[in-house]
Amino acid sequence: MLSLSNIELKINGKKILHDLNLEVRKGEIHSILGANGTGKSTLASVIMGLNGYQVTGGRILFDGEDITNFPVYERARRGITLGWQEPARFEGLTVGEYLKISKRFSGDGFLSVRECLLKVGLSPELYLARAVDGTLSGGERKRIELASVLAMKPKLAILDEPDSGIDSLSIDHIVDVIKTFSRTGSAVLLITHHEEVAAIADRASSLCDGTVVKTGEPLAVAKFFRNHCEECPHVNQPAEEVIGND
Amino acid sequence: MIDYSKEFEAIAKAYEASGGNPDDLFDKKTASLVVSHHKILFQNSIPGVNIDGEEIQNGVKARIVIEPETVVKDPVHLCFGVIPEEGIQEIVSEFEIGEGAKVNFIAHCSFPNAIKLKHIMDSKIHVNKNAEMNYVETHFHGKDGGIEVLPVTKAVVEEGGRLRSEFKLIKGAVGKLDLDYEGKLEKDALCEFDTKVYGKGDDKVLVKESLFLNGENSRGLAKSRIVATGRCVAEVLGEAVGNAPNARGHVDCVEIIKGKDARVSAVPKLLVVDDGAKLTHEAAIGSVDKKQVETLMARGLDEDEAVDVVVKGMLR
Repeated sequence: MLSLSNIELKINGKKILHDLNLEVRKGEIHSILGANGTGKSTLASVIMGLNGYQVTGGRILFDGEDITNFPVYERARRGITLGWQEPARFEGLTVGEYLKISKRFSGDGFLSVRECLLKVGLSPELYLARAVDGTLSGGERKRIELASVLAMKPKLAILDEPDSGIDSLSIDHIVDVIKTFSRTGSAVLLITHHEEVAAIADRASSLCDGTVVKTGEPLAVAKFFRNHCEECPHVNQPAEEVIGND
Repeated sequence: MIDYSKEFEAIAKAYEASGGNPDDLFDKKTASLVVSHHKILFQNSIPGVNIDGEEIQNGVKARIVIEPETVVKDPVHLCFGVIPEEGIQEIVSEFEIGEGAKVNFIAHCSFPNAIKLKHIMDSKIHVNKNAEMNYVETHFHGKDGGIEVLPVTKAVVEEGGRLRSEFKLIKGAVGKLDLDYEGKLEKDALCEFDTKVYGKGDDKVLVKESLFLNGENSRGLAKSRIVATGRCVAEVLGEAVGNAPNARGHVDCVEIIKGKDARVSAVPKLLVVDDGAKLTHEAAIGSVDKKQVETLMARGLDEDEAVDVVVKGMLR
């Protein structure tokens, strides 16, 4: 469904990703493991086509269509979306309104906004009218981000560390939500540091120094990661530091 | 059934267009004041709420008194409008909120046809001890922007009192806005000013919000949200003065610019006189936050739609 071939991303002359090949199959959960600074979040940004992350080499195919030069919203309209590691806050926009934006693309035959909130463990009565702003805790905001991605019923959900900043007791719940994506027909590209979360995947890939170094069965990739990557010196400068966050 | 005169009907229509319900204006159970140009079309006092309006040369002078310990159940409605294209409307108002009273005001200002119009609001607000006043003023302007809006408010909030004032001018062209709000706070008092303006075309926007935290434990917030498009020029002056122990003041300004010809600026001014006071400010001016826009684009909105959602939320 998603095929990345020979992806290269250079920013200010610096190679952030190179010779990167990755395939995500229809409906599968595909974990991405990698140490800090190896390019995981950059990969998510490249697939979504965010500003500053347009590839300098290679091709991105989605359902057989070349989307390499597509803007973010065209990729979204074809079924790709992203759940941010640190989601944006919106003054004056309610949770209900935020989720309804996603619902525009999934239609009536799918989970309702209320059901999406319930799936991520939040009460609609308490949250639908709240603003998606700084009054939400980090954990609440991340759950709402997951609900927003879920409401869209994407063909491919890229989830960038949905388990970070979530208390350990709630990890199981987040895992359930990720499985919900799969059950509702979405493929998931799951970026995580947690091996136990990565293990729920059908397949996994390990990133090192801006490229995929191993793809396969999750436990085998996790073992490879543990043995080869945890003390690996190949750490990139994160792309966000090169681009700057504004 | 109310028998609207033509003017009555026109102002009611303008009120409705600005988001209000005309029936509220003429409900005898609700305190209200309806002014068209310099004529009082309707005024209604209710027990505990006395509205005393008087026509003056270019407008109306009104004294609004909430008796002590009165909790006003329904909002007091104020409607000021000018239907002709030209003229001056001056509203000189005095609000006296008695000790322990609680009241909400909903004010609508409608100028749908303005070509050469001046709207002057000169308000004095006195919130007595432990009283609470919430005031929301929404403007509805036509598309031509031929209007000058000059709202000046001088407020005194006594011990334990609370004043929250919101000014919204997001429908139609602003024209020229020169807003000047000032709050003087006594012990344990709270004052919040919140201004939201959507500038377009050749609009000129000047917003000045000042807080004088004179009493111990007083709290103040001067907040502004401005969007400037076209050739709009906007300037925000947020001021807080900490004159008392444990006084806390915050100036919070966000200005979004859309297009190459608009200009925005923010000038915070904080002055600490008492070493137990603490003042803070934050200002974000520039284009719409990239991450907010991309988040919405990742849900399928194009860039214009995404910016629109962000801006509308901010100005709500």
